[in-house]
Amino acid sequence: MIDRVSNQKAWFMVLPVILLVAFNAIIPLMTVVNYSVQETFGNNVFFWEGMKWFEEVLRSERFHASLGRQVLFSFTILIIEVPLGILVALNMPRQGIGVSICLVLMALPLLIPWNVVGAMWNIFALPDIGLLGRAINGMGVEYNFTQNPVSAWLTVVAMDVWHWTSLVVLLSYAGLCAIPDPYYQAAKIDGAGRWQIFRHIELPKLKRVLTIAILLRFMDSFMIYTEPFVLTGGGPGNTTTFLSIDLVKIALGQFDLGPAAAMSLIYFLIVLLLCWVFYTLMMRSESNAS
Amino acid sequence: MSLELRDVSRSVDSSVYIHPTSVTLTPGGFNILLGPTLAGKTSLMRLMAGLDKPTTGQIFFAGEDVTGMPVQKRKVAMVYQQFVNYPAMTVFQNIASPLRLNGESTAAVRKRVDQIAELLKLGPLLDRLPSELSGGQQQRTALARALAKNASLVLLDEPLANLDYKLREELREELPRLFENSGATVVYATTEPGEALLLSGNTAALNEGRITQFGPTHTVFRNPNDLLTAVIFSDPPLNLANARKEGSTFQLGFASWPVGHYSDLPDGDYQVGFRPHHLQLQSNNESELQISGGVLITEISGSESFVHLGLGEYRWVAQVHGVYQWDPGQKVDMFLSSANLLVFDSSGSRIRMAYG
Amino acid sequence: MAEITLKEIRHSYQSNATAPGDFVIRGVDITWREGGAYALLGPSGCGKTTLLNIISGLLRPTEGAVLFNGIDVTAQDPVTRDIAQIFQFPVIYDTMSVYGNLAFPLVNRGVAREEVDRRVKEVAGMLDLSEMLDQRAVGLTADNKQKISLGRGLVRSDVNVIMFDEPLTVIDPHLKWKLRSELKRLHQRVGFTMIYVTHDQTEALTFADEVVVMHDGDVVQVGTPKDLFDRPEHTFVGHFIGSPGMNLMPCQIVDGKPVVGRSVIPVNRSFADHEKCSGLVLGIRPECIQLDPEGFQVSITRIDDVGHYCIVRAEFEDQALQIFVKEGERIPSENLRIRFDRSSIQIYKDGWIVDGGTPR
Repeated sequence: MIDRVSNQKAWFMVLPVILLVAFNAIIPLMTVVNYSVQETFGNNVFFWEGMKWFEEVLRSERFHASLGRQVLFSFTILIIEVPLGILVALNMPRQGIGVSICLVLMALPLLIPWNVVGAMWNIFALPDIGLLGRAINGMGVEYNFTQNPVSAWLTVVAMDVWHWTSLVVLLSYAGLCAIPDPYYQAAKIDGAGRWQIFRHIELPKLKRVLTIAILLRFMDSFMIYTEPFVLTGGGPGNTTTFLSIDLVKIALGQFDLGPAAAMSLIYFLIVLLLCWVFYTLMMRSESNAS
Repeated sequence: MSLELRDVSRSVDSSVYIHPTSVTLTPGGFNILLGPTLAGKTSLMRLMAGLDKPTTGQIFFAGEDVTGMPVQKRKVAMVYQQFVNYPAMTVFQNIASPLRLNGESTAAVRKRVDQIAELLKLGPLLDRLPSELSGGQQQRTALARALAKNASLVLLDEPLANLDYKLREELREELPRLFENSGATVVYATTEPGEALLLSGNTAALNEGRITQFGPTHTVFRNPNDLLTAVIFSDPPLNLANARKEGSTFQLGFASWPVGHYSDLPDGDYQVGFRPHHLQLQSNNESELQISGGVLITEISGSESFVHLGLGEYRWVAQVHGVYQWDPGQKVDMFLSSANLLVFDSSGSRIRMAYG
Repeated sequence: MAEITLKEIRHSYQSNATAPGDFVIRGVDITWREGGAYALLGPSGCGKTTLLNIISGLLRPTEGAVLFNGIDVTAQDPVTRDIAQIFQFPVIYDTMSVYGNLAFPLVNRGVAREEVDRRVKEVAGMLDLSEMLDQRAVGLTADNKQKISLGRGLVRSDVNVIMFDEPLTVIDPHLKWKLRSELKRLHQRVGFTMIYVTHDQTEALTFADEVVVMHDGDVVQVGTPKDLFDRPEHTFVGHFIGSPGMNLMPCQIVDGKPVVGRSVIPVNRSFADHEKCSGLVLGIRPECIQLDPEGFQVSITRIDDVGHYCIVRAEFEDQALQIFVKEGERIPSENLRIRFDRSSIQIYKDGWIVDGGTPR
């Protein structure tokens, strides 16, 4: 491991950034913490409430419901995106002009602004004038994401898969390219079939990359807001109201600052906890392997 | 401009990479760090360069305390095993980079680069990129850059390890001449005893973060202070056996040897060792020790043969001149002079006997 | 086990190669007998790894044929050729134990469980891996990992040839030594055809019964280690084998005897007059020069002590000369005189050996 030689001068260069981040992130965060333990009826008058909001949020049905939906969503897209991403990466060419073409194709969905993605799919999936909606309905399947919860879910999931599988593909592809040729040659000589090559050579070598991919996708999907909001607005009803959408509804819609602040802090802590779990697992498997 | 390490050690968390070490390296000949991989050669070199800070101890260069000095301030050049060059610069620009950083004029830079390129036979390759060069040429470029820097301390970390056998031979001959007029202290790390002997100078034998012995190369080779040094500095490996001195003989289980010059030793358990090339096929009046062993296998290397012998629980190697093709199982008699025996006590320290 | 024949193999990595310079392998014709230990020796870039991959089937040659026991296998892939290959760095399956790794090739071929168990235990015994069978392969040292790679080749009873591509590259020097002699012992015990590719002449000479020396895509000489040492057919072989290699000095032939500078060198045979032309070089190995108070005078440039001998670098008739002197032999500090061993002198014309006439 390289030991960086300490250089005090570097702090001066970082100072402006620190101030900026402090102003834009830490101070608002502290404000949120402040709100979460107080009650207000407006006019900037605050009453200390202590843990009341936290308890209320943790006990509320609404919170449980949106948390449940969120977990289900993250879980679903992980199960679809990770295997799909690996599958696509396995089939991408490693040499020639095909490499550039594929890489660009994979990168395209990632470049689109998120609310544009939501808007695109919104129009695309409209049951009467959207290409997808019309096609599915035309095949005889009942499909209406504005009214049918199942359709809404399927659409949201499909949109996320379309949008983000490329990330898994690109990461897996980089990992696969790093596997030296002799491994494949030796497996060929040993008479291993395609599935065995995948199981015994590619998958173990991809472990590190996959951990990062899963971590990133999990975190991002857990915090997802823009795309589902633009697509379904949380509806029909509240069937696709995920945690962040619910949070915004409470905070800005109902202007209940106390509960909203408490909920966002709980949200933050959940994400932090899960990241820590992932990180520890990752570090533990690294040290086991070395 | 000598480099002095005083009680320098390095530990990270609970692993000790270098135990407290004191050594002084001088300019003139090569200072060789010899030891197996993970012995601490690279860690020690990084401490000398200033890339890592020692956990304890101080480092003095030309009398000045440089322990806390960052590496950019020190006049150090380092060449690595992996042919490190600036990939986007031509050979010329690579060699010129330390001179330009120093602010020298274009004409002076041109002259010096041409001079150094001539020395390292890189003249026709000056316009190429490192990726267009062979391994040997890339390493020559790295060496040229180190020379151009005119550093007072040059660190070479197994620079020839990734090169072909014959290229290694060639460069190894050129290296001492390259640095002999620069006045720099040169430190060279290697795992091969043969290389240390060819480069001469001083050698520090390293094992598990400790310098077991430091001195002129041939002294450390012929006169090791302890078992570890003797083992580190042997290729082919040292032949070793446990021996019990009883009266006037060394009992080795499969043989009984007269103690000769070691008669004054107290009775007890010892370890005896000798180098493979001291086992001869013909006895002469000096070789009073005889062993008979079964041949396990013979390896022929041009004009020499390596005979692997099985004796009791030991496997020994004899390096004999001439080509012999013995079948496995054949019994062979070999002879050894007690003057070539290295005797160590049970703790590994060498016991030297004055010859009468 | 198979007899392997390479017929007129030429290979280029470019799709439409025409000039000789485009070809990495420029015409190789060799036959390797069953059960022998062979080495492919040459510097980096001489084409040895390419040739190895052609034999194993990982590469199809641009021209020529590969025959196993007389049958053309050029179109067959590695699996059907029944070869085993050990690469430069250990290739093991991380997910499996040592046992699993060794059993893998057999399991893939559908061998019965008891047979697999028997073979794996047998090979593990040969390679000293029996104690580690249950350990995860990933945690072992490099030399043990290479042994596992080797074991995967040995465990198959139908293997035609085992090929080694510079297998000791990542191994520590003293373990390298051990593994090298173990490989040779293994070959004697098991009798498989083994081909060992390396740039290290010590490894090649100690392992092989017969060595193929390659240079720039061509086979320069094929012979036993002793042959290559005593009678190199090309100056490249003379230079490449031996550490340091052969001394090469330009010479002339006068009255049937070689002359370097102004000194006539006594040889055990005479050379015909038609060899009296340019491009002649005299080759003599450092080991074949003896100190002789009545011999030619040389001036010493430097003496290197390498332990069991000294290398004296001297100048003879304005040519650089290297001489081996055994440990213990006294080297006079000035007025050093030497003699060349008569039977060990070789004459080369434009690189290739010239055979002298009737021995005197």
